[in-house]
Amino acid sequence: MQAKKRYILVFVSCAFLAYCYFGGYRLKVAPHRPRRAQHESAKDGGVQPYAQLPSFMGYEHRKPLSNDSNAPQTASKKKPAVAAACRMETCFDFTKCYDQFLVYVYPPEPLNSLGAAPPSSANYQKILTAIQESRYHTSDPAAACLFVLGIDTLDRDSLSEDYVRNVPSRLARLSHWNNGRNHIIFNLYSGTWPDYAEHSLGFDAGEAILAKASMSVLQMRHGFDVSIPLFHKQFPLRAGATGSVQSNNFPANKKYLLAFKGKRYVHGIGSETRNSLFHLHNGRDMVMVTTCRHGKSWRELQDNRCDEDNREYDRYDYETLLQNSTFCLVPRGRRLGSFRFLEALQAGCIPVLLSNAWVLPFESKIDWKQAAIWADERLLLQVPDIVRSISAERIFALRQQTQVLWERYFGSIEKIVFTTFEIIRERLPDYPVRSQLVWNTAPGALLTLPTFADSSRFMPFQLNAMGVEPRHNYTAVIYVQIGAALGPNAALYKLVRTITKSQFVDRILILWAADRPLPLKKRWPPTFHIPLHVIALGGSSRAVAGSPTAQSGPEARPSISQRFLPYEEIQTDAVLSLDEDAILNTDELDFAYTVWRDFPERIVGYPARAHFWDDSKNAWGYTSKWTNYYSIVLTGAAFYHRYYNYLYTNWLSLLLLKTVQQSSNCEDILMNLLVSHVTRKPPIKVTQRKGYKDRETGRSPWNDPDHFIQRQSCLNTFAAVFGYMPLIRSNLRMDPMLYRDPVSNLRKKYRQIELVGS
Amino acid sequence: MDLSSSLIQNAKQSKLRMTKCKSLLGIEPRNINTFHVKENILNIPTYTLLTIVVICAVWLFCDISGHRDRFFYAKRDSVALDLSLSHTQEVLLRSDSEYRGRNVNCTFWDCLNIYKCEHDTLKVYIYPLQEFLDEQSDKVATTLSSEYFQILEAVLNSRYYTSNPNEACLFLPSLDLLNQDVFDKHLAGPALASLNFWDRGENHLIFNMLPGNAPTYNTILDVNVDNAIVLGGGFDTWTYRPGFDVSIPIWSPLLQQAEAAHATAHRKYLLIVAQLNLLPQHVRSLRELSRSSNSAEQLLLLGACENNELITRCGSMHHAKRWDYPRVLARGKFCFVGRSLRTGQPDLLEAMSQSCIPVLAIDNFVLPFEDVIDWSLAVIRIRESEIHSIMRKLDSISNVKIVEMQKQVQWLYGKYFKDLKTITITTLEVLESRIFPLQARSSRKWNAISKNSRSTFNPLFLTSLAPKSQGFTAVILTYDRVESLFLLIQKLAVVPSLQSILVIWNNQRKAPPHLSTFPSIAKPLKIIQTRENKLSNRFYPYPEIETEAILTIDDDIIMLTSDELDFGYEVWREFPDHIVGFPSRIHVWDNATMRWHYESEWTNQISMVLTGAAFHHKYWSHMYTYAMPGDIKHWVDDHMNCEDIAMNFLVANITNNPPIKVTPRKKFKCPECTNTEMLSADLNHMRERSACIDRFSKIYGRMPLRTVEFRADPVLFRDNFPDKLKRYNDIGSL
Repeated sequence: MQAKKRYILVFVSCAFLAYCYFGGYRLKVAPHRPRRAQHESAKDGGVQPYAQLPSFMGYEHRKPLSNDSNAPQTASKKKPAVAAACRMETCFDFTKCYDQFLVYVYPPEPLNSLGAAPPSSANYQKILTAIQESRYHTSDPAAACLFVLGIDTLDRDSLSEDYVRNVPSRLARLSHWNNGRNHIIFNLYSGTWPDYAEHSLGFDAGEAILAKASMSVLQMRHGFDVSIPLFHKQFPLRAGATGSVQSNNFPANKKYLLAFKGKRYVHGIGSETRNSLFHLHNGRDMVMVTTCRHGKSWRELQDNRCDEDNREYDRYDYETLLQNSTFCLVPRGRRLGSFRFLEALQAGCIPVLLSNAWVLPFESKIDWKQAAIWADERLLLQVPDIVRSISAERIFALRQQTQVLWERYFGSIEKIVFTTFEIIRERLPDYPVRSQLVWNTAPGALLTLPTFADSSRFMPFQLNAMGVEPRHNYTAVIYVQIGAALGPNAALYKLVRTITKSQFVDRILILWAADRPLPLKKRWPPTFHIPLHVIALGGSSRAVAGSPTAQSGPEARPSISQRFLPYEEIQTDAVLSLDEDAILNTDELDFAYTVWRDFPERIVGYPARAHFWDDSKNAWGYTSKWTNYYSIVLTGAAFYHRYYNYLYTNWLSLLLLKTVQQSSNCEDILMNLLVSHVTRKPPIKVTQRKGYKDRETGRSPWNDPDHFIQRQSCLNTFAAVFGYMPLIRSNLRMDPMLYRDPVSNLRKKYRQIELVGS
Repeated sequence: MDLSSSLIQNAKQSKLRMTKCKSLLGIEPRNINTFHVKENILNIPTYTLLTIVVICAVWLFCDISGHRDRFFYAKRDSVALDLSLSHTQEVLLRSDSEYRGRNVNCTFWDCLNIYKCEHDTLKVYIYPLQEFLDEQSDKVATTLSSEYFQILEAVLNSRYYTSNPNEACLFLPSLDLLNQDVFDKHLAGPALASLNFWDRGENHLIFNMLPGNAPTYNTILDVNVDNAIVLGGGFDTWTYRPGFDVSIPIWSPLLQQAEAAHATAHRKYLLIVAQLNLLPQHVRSLRELSRSSNSAEQLLLLGACENNELITRCGSMHHAKRWDYPRVLARGKFCFVGRSLRTGQPDLLEAMSQSCIPVLAIDNFVLPFEDVIDWSLAVIRIRESEIHSIMRKLDSISNVKIVEMQKQVQWLYGKYFKDLKTITITTLEVLESRIFPLQARSSRKWNAISKNSRSTFNPLFLTSLAPKSQGFTAVILTYDRVESLFLLIQKLAVVPSLQSILVIWNNQRKAPPHLSTFPSIAKPLKIIQTRENKLSNRFYPYPEIETEAILTIDDDIIMLTSDELDFGYEVWREFPDHIVGFPSRIHVWDNATMRWHYESEWTNQISMVLTGAAFHHKYWSHMYTYAMPGDIKHWVDDHMNCEDIAMNFLVANITNNPPIKVTPRKKFKCPECTNTEMLSADLNHMRERSACIDRFSKIYGRMPLRTVEFRADPVLFRDNFPDKLKRYNDIGSL
């Protein structure tokens, strides 16, 4: 025992000595660094080691500032004096942008001394047309927030035929130029051979916002400039081709995995990437074919691969590759962006980007990770591995997203210009910012007006993504146009009584547009707890916030579009729009409402109509005959989301609204076009009922054959303004589950519907 | 005790591993106890041996203590990291007065050496702790702060850490540059340059929260960081290099203790201003606001108390109440974060920790993790020149939006900001998503809130209708009922929209009949012999299926007419993300048993369409096979039941969409109605299926099925109209 203790003592001493000898010198060092000692003690205590260390920040970093410390203010002021460092706060005048976002387009340049019109490319003309016919446009420069030049600045390659000379002196003549403040300059090409310098526009854009293609991370003024896509000369003004992905196969099973067909430049800026693409070509699932043939003197510059490349190049067709490839390589050319990007996007061929430092179009808002693959020029040879490693689910999602983005933001010049404006608009104070989710899902930001409501909860589109349902109940809106003599059993009173019995109705709104005076309050049938509002439209048009159509001067008669004004009285998500002579029973209302709850973004209702292409007239035809399909559900008896009222009033082109006003007709067709344009889906017809009008109301304009012809022509006008025909056909209708089944009627929930014929 | 005995073994193997050496040193003072306890076991040779071991260990430890790879050991024990702090190597530096700053033209594409990052994952090397001393004055370049220690520790314990500088993609100096007021900016530059792998800062990460100092207060730290990536807390848009730098939040030491508050609309104040170091002119305009009568009640303006402590705030009145900070922020819906001498402020995180929506009045401030976080969902930005209209702007925000934003703030804080470790890992994740863009999460994933279990993302979001030309593939699961199978094939073959038929022969004991014996039809027909008799074979995404639409059909469903099937396909085309079919069922909650109950009665509602005769997109087959949650797939295969319910749950859970029942047809020779040998009696079967619903809803954590009251019929169904003009006239009843 004693011996053992001794051993222990010896051992401990040995250990201590050894420790002192080898490691103990540390104890004597650095008396001038007391924090060491803290560490030592931290080791002994069981607390977190960092608790002993000082914090990086103390009270002195956060203490109140004395009143004279204005130093940082001056510091921040002096910083961005140069236009190269423009930000919205320093180079933009917000004062005219508070209430409205209006764009002024300078008049075209005066004819020159030779009497020739100033040069302006077709694309720039399209941009100007798109703006001038849009709701952004104002002809009053004093009211404008943003100015668009009349000078074509799209092509600033001095070797190009569209190059406009003397831009600096032209700019100097502009009355509101003010060193470019609040101006936006559209540009597709800048710089020229041999360096293709990105910033060389040939004039000083000053404080103007650049909406420019092929921007690089370095040149782009963060939060100020907007990167736009490069589009070719035949790009459509409106609508444009839809995405070419029609089938949504899973997995896609395309013939090629990765494809590229294009020029290469042999030498000079941006040529390395394309020159080395042949390494990836395997002729099976990777097709990378290039040609040296371009320009007049390509033979002089060719290298020893050119002949072989040209042979391979001729074996493949560009369009075929685009349609039959899962991924499309989008390498940089002389400039960072290329036409190929939009072409691949449209074809649903997932872009694989090989263009280092390129700022993708509308990058600040569009999440390109969901629609494109980034590769790195420096890691070119990894590209095959990268694309092979992408799962089928991811490809499936990417391909669908290319179509969403193409259709919502890139399909036409109009969409590109409007998207640019909306991006700038979201930077303005007081304009709500849409979330990334809104921007990157259908129907996209252009069709989601953030001024309607601050939460997507109140819109019909993102409900599933948010995990919520539409809010309960509906508002019945009855539009009284004819105002037939109102006996106690008038159709209108009957209708009100029917609605009152519905279990989902929130309130009833009567829009009185007839010439007859309003019936006395006591004449209306009792609605019990359901509020009944009567709004007289007539000559004294009601001003509703944000609805210019409501203030349609005293000489003009009130537009029939008033039935779709976003009335404050409508508080529910669902709106039941009714004509005064609609004959529906309560079960029908309730059933249609329950169907609507499952499809809140569509029109759900009774009177179905169809459109068709009339080859003999080479025009769209409109029919109310019984057909096997329909594409319109008239708003004479239909449910739709309240948001569409707002969209109808505040988004639709004024040209369309004017057409409706002048004809006093077709507003229901227009609403259908609008909703189909937003959803790309057909409306939904419920149950068998087709005739929904009380036939006894003799004076209805519906019995007038001219009325019908007018609707035919409306349809064609609308399609022309939209640029395409948004209506989509459906073959089905929704019936109650046990509808017309040979079971006891007592088992059926909607018994009244059983009794209604066609 | 265990350690020492294991050391003996080690010694016997005469192999001293460095790790053990260190741990032994760690428990050295406790050795005495050890011997008391183990007295009777230990004998003299053991003592001797142990002494030798200890001496060796101490010697070895000291030998390697100067070694640079210290974190290698630290990985196993957090105490060791601290220990290594005391063995900091000293590096002598010459103070450098020249200030080059950094390469302002750096982009991801030219300053980051991507060739170092060719491994599949992001790897970060941490330099050992070093003490940088000025040659002349003996001043230290930086002192290590608790926060930077935590950052280092977080990286060290993360999956990103590597001890091997050669496989590292990014390098993290252990030099603490968090606060420019604390370190010596003339020494920090040379200190960085002296790092072994510095190479003009290539691929190096510089964490910095408080950049600049008096009087200019630059928004980037004034140190020669060259090409290094700055992970900075106070960027403005001029100094931030998009895609290269990362904007990080400024951590507040107060948050170490602070409890988080929950989102709620019932908060007394609309706006709380509790930031101490606001610019005087902003304070003035806020004071004016609080004096104006209509916003006085809604605006709480707090300043410092006399004791100058951060954890209390006082009102401007003398007798005003003393508030705990940051707890007080939980009383406001919005919290003001304004500009001070520096751009970034720790008040942002303090507000977020209390689920108070930050109102940022800092022009051109780059918000933390800006390129991945969608701040429009969580903060209000207001221009500095418009502070006077702040109350009007906040007033116009609806309560629904406020709660949404509060929840988003709470979620973001918990997910990305709640402590330094989380912040550090998020920073690395941002870098990872740049360097490996393929693995990058989409903005939806970065910002999605899982708070609502019903929120879904429909993977089939292509809006256009499926093309008619493609047709559908009929997948017939069959066991041995050849006669009825042949009959079904004949009936299917005449459906115009049928593209091909796939027979899944699920019987392993019997080979399928030869192809020649099958009825001759004009459409392609394939037979697949399965390896096992599993119900999930019906949903396998066979490569033979070339169409989007799959009609799964039982081999005994022979009553459906060609028109019905054709119409069913037409309906599916309009709703390609739904299950569209004929036999429907309903689930109901049984209050008596407190369970879900499966119902096959003909009711006014349905919530399931059975896959005995239903169309669905091939994607759902893929999801069923590869992405079925929990053990549902195995369970279904084991029990030979409920595969159709499982499919309905799957689709409903992913899309929130109800199935669509087509046409009135309700009578099927369904498994529930017949008494085959494979399935037990009706009642038992129903009970089992009720149990399935119960089971699945537990696995999903919710009841995803949705009930609807409508079915789809052809437009002219039952109309008094010539049949020959109807496209679908052969629609049966029941």
